[in-house]
Amino acid sequence: MKIGALKESYEGEARVAITPSSATHLQKLGHEVFVESGAGARAGFMDSDYERAGVTVEKTAADLIKAVDVVAKVRQPADAEIGQMREGQTLISFFYPAQNAELLEKAKEQGITAIAMDMVPRISRAQKMDALSSMANIAGYRSVIEAANNFGRFFTGQVTAAGKVPPAKVLVVGAGVAGLAAIGTATSLGAQVFAFDVRPEVAEQIESMGAEFVFLDFEEQAQDGAATGGYAAPSSPEFREKQLAKFRELAPDMDVVITTALIPGRDAPVLWTKDMVEAMKQGSVIVDLAAEKGGNCELTVADERIVTENGVTIIGYTDFASRMGAQSSELYGNNIRHFMTDLTPKKDGVINHDMEDDVIRGATVAHDHDVTFPPPPPKVAAIAAQKPKEKPKELTPEERRAQEVAAFKAETRSQVTMLAGGGILLLLVGLVAPASFMSHFIVFVLACFVGFKVIWNVAHSLHTPLMAVTNAISSIIILGALMQIGSGSAWVLILAALAVLMAGVNIVGGFLVTRRMLAMFQKS
Amino acid sequence: MEYGFTTAAYVVAAILFILSLGGLSGQESAKRAIWYGIVGMALAVLATLFGPGAGNWFLSIVMIAIGGAVGWVVAKRVQMTEMPQLVAAMHSLVGLAAVFVGFNAQIELARVLRIKAEAAAHEFQGFAAVLAHKTPAELAMLKIEVFLGIFIGAVTFTGSVVAFGKLSGKVDGKPKKLPGGHMLNAGALGLSILFGILYCSGVGPGVFWLILIALLAFFIGYHLIMGIGGADMPVVVSMLNSYSGWAAAAIGFTLGNDLLIVTGALVGSSGAILSYIMCKAMNRHFVSVILGGFGGEQGPAAEIEGEQIAIDADGVAAALNEADSVIIVPGYGMAVAQAQAAVSELTRKLRAAGKEVRFAIHPVAGRLPGHMNVLLAEARVPYDIVLEMDEINEDFPSTDVVIVIGSNDIVNPAAQEDPNSPIAGMPVLEVWKAKQVFVSKRGQGTGYSGIENPLFFKENTRMFYGDANESVNKLMPMID
Repeated sequence: MKIGALKESYEGEARVAITPSSATHLQKLGHEVFVESGAGARAGFMDSDYERAGVTVEKTAADLIKAVDVVAKVRQPADAEIGQMREGQTLISFFYPAQNAELLEKAKEQGITAIAMDMVPRISRAQKMDALSSMANIAGYRSVIEAANNFGRFFTGQVTAAGKVPPAKVLVVGAGVAGLAAIGTATSLGAQVFAFDVRPEVAEQIESMGAEFVFLDFEEQAQDGAATGGYAAPSSPEFREKQLAKFRELAPDMDVVITTALIPGRDAPVLWTKDMVEAMKQGSVIVDLAAEKGGNCELTVADERIVTENGVTIIGYTDFASRMGAQSSELYGNNIRHFMTDLTPKKDGVINHDMEDDVIRGATVAHDHDVTFPPPPPKVAAIAAQKPKEKPKELTPEERRAQEVAAFKAETRSQVTMLAGGGILLLLVGLVAPASFMSHFIVFVLACFVGFKVIWNVAHSLHTPLMAVTNAISSIIILGALMQIGSGSAWVLILAALAVLMAGVNIVGGFLVTRRMLAMFQKS
Repeated sequence: MEYGFTTAAYVVAAILFILSLGGLSGQESAKRAIWYGIVGMALAVLATLFGPGAGNWFLSIVMIAIGGAVGWVVAKRVQMTEMPQLVAAMHSLVGLAAVFVGFNAQIELARVLRIKAEAAAHEFQGFAAVLAHKTPAELAMLKIEVFLGIFIGAVTFTGSVVAFGKLSGKVDGKPKKLPGGHMLNAGALGLSILFGILYCSGVGPGVFWLILIALLAFFIGYHLIMGIGGADMPVVVSMLNSYSGWAAAAIGFTLGNDLLIVTGALVGSSGAILSYIMCKAMNRHFVSVILGGFGGEQGPAAEIEGEQIAIDADGVAAALNEADSVIIVPGYGMAVAQAQAAVSELTRKLRAAGKEVRFAIHPVAGRLPGHMNVLLAEARVPYDIVLEMDEINEDFPSTDVVIVIGSNDIVNPAAQEDPNSPIAGMPVLEVWKAKQVFVSKRGQGTGYSGIENPLFFKENTRMFYGDANESVNKLMPMID
């Protein structure tokens, strides 16, 4: 099949759907790859880069659409673009079918197969094609960079000769993919990060990123994110009040606030009200990642950076991912090619649009003159339901102490018993055995003791060499034979000579093979 | 030369032996430790050759030279996969040498006593001189020691020969018993103790009793090890290792030689500890291993649901290419297929691709304690990525791909999940907790213990049938 990427028509959009490196992977699947001239220019990929990767560059959008079977894009298609497409062609891009009913209708009329990258179901298998997550990750990172750019101070705390610098305090509201990326970026810049989310189960993830979870003491509303595929659901008014009260308490302390709270298919909830902005310090920065959906902050103006009267900067850009065009194109390109991998299971360049497949079915919004949105629920649950955690029973200090004492007593008892038993046995032997035997016996007992102590320390991996060495040294029996060989009859001589021979084999063989083995063990 | 010098040499030798065993606590110090052992042994032999009591040292040196040459050739030629056989064969030599030395002691004793009875003033030489000075009580003790030395030595000899046969495949690995089973062993043991008492009390010719005892002990060694199956061989070999040490210690008492006693005790305790570790790793009692076979089943084993799903090399390679962390679990099957070199090559490729590759070794994997470590070391797998069960068991849940090569019972989840399973409670590698498990296996079938492995039926398990070596080689070109 022929697959091609259009130059984005949306003003200011820097991303491109296919990069030279993702093109190489697509070619491995058996596809022929095209791009519109200049499509990657703003992301830093020149036409010549594409040509070097074996991609055919088409002059205009119309030429490209005519040439290919699959059109790949980043932003949802403009009317003109979709109008140029022909029946049976496939379009892959962000689509937002719930908000773009008209566009969907048009795709259906044209007989286009439309694949919405924003509709890829959130199941493990599809993570590599989850473009919403990959873009949110970039947005989260960029939001911190924008905040730092507008914040007139250090993020990290320092003690310098010129004075002490406190670390910036950053609050991240909403710990989704973007929120977690923002937490990670802010902590690595050295800021003290706090994070809030309505889903209590993300507390662990927040803490793992190095932020402090802002705990809200509210029993009733424990949202289970698992039920909604990992997204947040709207919360009750009581909960909202409680939440706002918490934010009001935090507002005067925070230097940077990054809000990322979104509820699928709705306007963004207002979480950072006007009075909170007013309570903030001069020079503080708010970055509102939800600006496109109306903003989490009451004062946000989409696509603009404003400064309030009390000197708080509010950033409402909606193109964070696009501001890092090279990176986001790379990741988006990978998402697309992973999707293509699923569409071409045999890697022979033939697309098999399998509507039985959860992922393909979920993302396909128009197919074969039919609107296929919304999709049926996927067969595999996205995330395992949270199991209530069982806490191991905590022992009180007294119980623990009692346990220790008991263990110590038991150990003492067993040791004393063994010592006493051994002592009595020794005495009994001593009663009957001659003195010369006892002196050897002491040596024997001590040697056993030393042996036990030493062998316990031998590394497991060296057990085979240990056996070979003990084998070699157990042929110390050669001493006995050597002492006998010169004494007495022919029988003794023969037997002793044979014993020396066998022990000789063992000594040389045992040591040599051990050396061979040990020489093989090497570090990486 | 003075007697004191010999003793001093023995003390140094004993210390060197202890250091050489102690040095095996780490791979690097082990390389030095082996030299302690060699120097200690050389010192002991030289001190004995030139010390008092030794004679005919020309013959001794010739014999040592011949034996040494044979040992040299064997050690140079042996394949690392043949280590278990070699170790068993060497044990048999120590056992037989102990029997011979024991017989010599009795022959000399008889001669000394005879001459002493004829004429009191006779100048004895060598070992006979030591015997001549013994008091009657010491002579009684001596006889007990000779009895023990010969008995243990003889059991070690035939036991090791059978173990050698089983490990090298010359004897069928399945447990076999003569009719009468352990009663035969018990009977033979009783008889030899009876003969031992007769021998010690001086009834009849001593050598005659000793020959009978040796024959009975030969039988016990043979019959005991014949009744133990192939997978229990790690325990058997360690046990025989221990016996060869005890035999040496008993002979040391006979000869009044402290170095023999010390070394024998060191080897004996080393073997005992190894057997203990092996038994613990199988969650079985030493006695039940030695008596052979698994105990009767306590109830019906849990039914296994699902089916074994096969996969081809493409699928495995694709999963490996996607994975970030890989753990390889080798077992006896890897040794049989001689796949260690291929596995090492695969490891190198995966590591070159930036993936974390590690090996998980169960204590009883293979047929000898530490068998897998030696094979992997031979194939130049760095030892710091080869980990023990306890070190790695917790990491399986965060691992993308586990490849099980030729092991079965040591990765059997039934040990934890099914209280009725014959191996219930045995510590196992929890491979099924990883995201994906590939089992390289020759075909469907059960492991040594004859029990089904539910791992093969798990949802995240795929069976990669075929010879391990060929399978791994097939994977190689597909890894990028």
